[in-house]
Amino acid sequence: MINKLFDFIGGVQIPYYKEMSTQDSIGSVALPSQLILPLSQHIGAAAEPIVTVGQAVLKGEEIAKATGYVSAPLHAPTSGTITDIGDYPLPHPSGMRAPCIILTPDGENQWMPLQPHSHDYQTLDPSTLRNIVRGAGIVGLGGAGFPTFIKHNPGPNGHVETLILNGAECEPYITCDDALMRERPEQILAGLKIIKHALNAKRCIIAIEDNKPKAIECLRSALMIYPIENTEVIAIPTIYPAGSEKQLIYTVTGKQVPKDGLPINIGVVCQNAGTCAAVHLAIEKGQPLVSRVVTVSGDVGKPRNVDVPIGMPIDELIQQCGGITGSLRRLIIGGPMMGFAMHQLEIPIVKTSNCVLVDAGNAEHLKPRDEVMPCIRCGSCAEVCPVSLLPQQLYWYSKDLDLEKAQSHYLFDCIECGCCDYVCPSQIPLVQYYRHAKAEIWKRERETQKSDAARERHEFRLFRIEREKEEKAARHKQKKAALKTNAVAANATDSEPSKKHNDPKQAAILAAMERVKAKKLESQIAPKNTDNLTPAQRKTIEEIDKNRKERNNKDTPET
Amino acid sequence: MSLYSPSSPHFHADNSVTQVMLKVLVALVPGIALYVVFFGFGIIFNILLAVITALGCEAIMLKLRKRPVLPFLYDGSALVTAVLLAISIPSIAPWWIIFIGVAFAIVIAKHLYGGLGYNPFNPAMVGYAMLLISYPKEMTNWALTISNTNNYLGPWDSLLVFLKDKHGFDGISGATPLDYLKTQLNLDMTIAEAMQHSSFGLLGGSGFEWISLAFLAGGIWLIKQKIINWHIPVSFLASLFIIALIFYFIDSDRYASPVFHIISGASILGAFFIATDPVSAATTVRGRIIYGAGIGVLIYVIRTWGGYPDAVAFAVLLMNMCAPTIDYYTKPKPYGH
Ligand code: SF4
Ligand code: SF4
Repeated sequence: MINKLFDFIGGVQIPYYKEMSTQDSIGSVALPSQLILPLSQHIGAAAEPIVTVGQAVLKGEEIAKATGYVSAPLHAPTSGTITDIGDYPLPHPSGMRAPCIILTPDGENQWMPLQPHSHDYQTLDPSTLRNIVRGAGIVGLGGAGFPTFIKHNPGPNGHVETLILNGAECEPYITCDDALMRERPEQILAGLKIIKHALNAKRCIIAIEDNKPKAIECLRSALMIYPIENTEVIAIPTIYPAGSEKQLIYTVTGKQVPKDGLPINIGVVCQNAGTCAAVHLAIEKGQPLVSRVVTVSGDVGKPRNVDVPIGMPIDELIQQCGGITGSLRRLIIGGPMMGFAMHQLEIPIVKTSNCVLVDAGNAEHLKPRDEVMPCIRCGSCAEVCPVSLLPQQLYWYSKDLDLEKAQSHYLFDCIECGCCDYVCPSQIPLVQYYRHAKAEIWKRERETQKSDAARERHEFRLFRIEREKEEKAARHKQKKAALKTNAVAANATDSEPSKKHNDPKQAAILAAMERVKAKKLESQIAPKNTDNLTPAQRKTIEEIDKNRKERNNKDTPET
Repeated sequence: MSLYSPSSPHFHADNSVTQVMLKVLVALVPGIALYVVFFGFGIIFNILLAVITALGCEAIMLKLRKRPVLPFLYDGSALVTAVLLAISIPSIAPWWIIFIGVAFAIVIAKHLYGGLGYNPFNPAMVGYAMLLISYPKEMTNWALTISNTNNYLGPWDSLLVFLKDKHGFDGISGATPLDYLKTQLNLDMTIAEAMQHSSFGLLGGSGFEWISLAFLAGGIWLIKQKIINWHIPVSFLASLFIIALIFYFIDSDRYASPVFHIISGASILGAFFIATDPVSAATTVRGRIIYGAGIGVLIYVIRTWGGYPDAVAFAVLLMNMCAPTIDYYTKPKPYGH
């Protein structure tokens, strides 16, 4: 079915260190003394608690409900008692604290009564399926955490061309998807089949990097037993970042997701292997998302993949994987290329945590940067950039905070993959500069929003005063004229003069509004690639977007 | 407790500016070794003096500019500048030529522009151009190869020449093949007649052709090591070859063959080691191809119709000036645009 793969531009060959955590099969963990469940584990609005402190809950019970469209509910990962609702440290690079529900397990691990749709889902319509997925609190388990049900919308065409199962897993150390594909291929395929049905997808491609021959083999043989129409397992070349959504879509279809667009715009939807398995559990077993497979690797006694309840404190998880070997230097959640270094160990596993990487100074490539040297303009960074940017130029502009130039060099197209940074001989923390510049642009944008609003108010006030003056003068003139012509004007209808009088006024209002609108359009920028932001940043962006929309609506003059 | 928490990526390839520069130096070794074989030990003294001068000037300038001295001395960029300049200068040039050239390159062309990474011109070539303009006689007097003279300069003789100028060693020096060819052509000889002279080997200048091949080998190794990429050398040599070929077809009596152009003078050295200097070259892929082709054409033009026998330095400097503009107009189209 697929006869040609497309090599995306750029990318780097990096050491993988995957064997470390694939020696054993997926393990399980003993329940910790308490589970920390942040209300915001996804992109979008935080969930809202629907339990109270002291309440007993069963495993799988909803404990916080979704608020708004882009949001996800939260379920109890085990049976127990709610012991607190309050601020706790999050697995977030800023080390911030945010509202969490604390659940103390009772050790019974007792499921609530479940409602499986074992094999009747074929008869359910896509919107019902979407609602079940939504109710199960499933978000993208690959890292970004976008609520999955939103992706399960085929759009106006009623179908999508290609559904891609992203089994690339291109980051070093991480093997949780690999493990799932090898050990639970039937779950993944079952989930895939449901999603394919919901999306009415024409074909389905399971893309796996060719450094995972076992996963490829397992899925291929599982596909023989559980066939899905027009579905194929393909091995794609191993090169970082092959698993990045946009790059993967290009590799498989040869099409590029348009800028500012979504994969669905070119008829493609990507799903992560773990997410597929979760969809299967939600529909066919009725289980909401309460646990996930996490890779624990790096400098730990027993690197491996484990099935971990959401909310498990990371320090306890590491203890159960043999503890830290050496003295802890850095704790990374996610992979070494795009993951985030944490400030502390006492943070929970959340829905998006795919890997816990412990750095105690034993791994060669994880050593801190050497002395940073000036950019020698060697161009290595530009060669590896998968988006075809010019990272060295971006670096100059970001460093000098020449934000306009940075944006005209497509700063917001940067996916922060870290390839440029990885190869830079001068060891410049390039990505850090880009993040800083992006944050600065958002900040300034917010400031201009404020001052724009103030200026607008001011301009309208001036305009109003001016208009009132004109109106007064006009009325005065009219009175005079009326007095002069006296009864001659008597047969003219009442409404006519007022209409005539209205027209220039309205035109003036419209013109003023047009001016303001044009000015605003000039200063508008569209930030993109908003994954991995702090909730504070996200909130800022959302606010800005909302303001923009509101103002745009307001600007459309009602006649 | 707060852990070390820098921004991603947490992974870094095992490379550094020092490594890049050291590899460039290693790639120069075979060429330099053949140089010694054909032209005597003079070049070794030149290189030593150049290196000492470069490191000294670098250290002084770093101190004056209040920069950390050790990491920048260690980066190896001054070494590369020194060695490139030293092997571009005739091996029997007096010591002060080297000293002035290197000092000028490091102090003026590098540090007054802001040091490593900020210099718009290739420092070695700025030094070379300055010397060629100021001391044309010393800069065009090359040692003859062993095949041309029985006076092969061993280490001791070379040291004497190096220290005391070349009195008493008449007959060891002459013009380079390119230079000689130019003079002869001006005397209305044909290429074929001029090439009878013993300083010409099989293809280009005798000795030079082997040295060029050694530099070629070093350059290919650098491409393999991903220190440089093929764009600049290939477009440089291809454009030089093509333009030489065109004129050779028009009149092979007046215009030297393309092979001669490629193999003699500093063409190969320039293509792989000088034009590829990262700091001053174009950086986009299309930009590099244009940049390299521009150098190739300029070299031919200067060699054939200009006042200087070899032209790598001037061609590179001229294209250095164009590099930012070339980069600007060759920005690649990002994904999805
Ligand atoms: S890789 Fe580093 S040194 Fe080279 S051009 Fe890019 S930023 Fe500059
Ligand atoms: S981090 Fe950005 S600039 Fe650097 S390689 Fe990735 S996409 Fe390109």
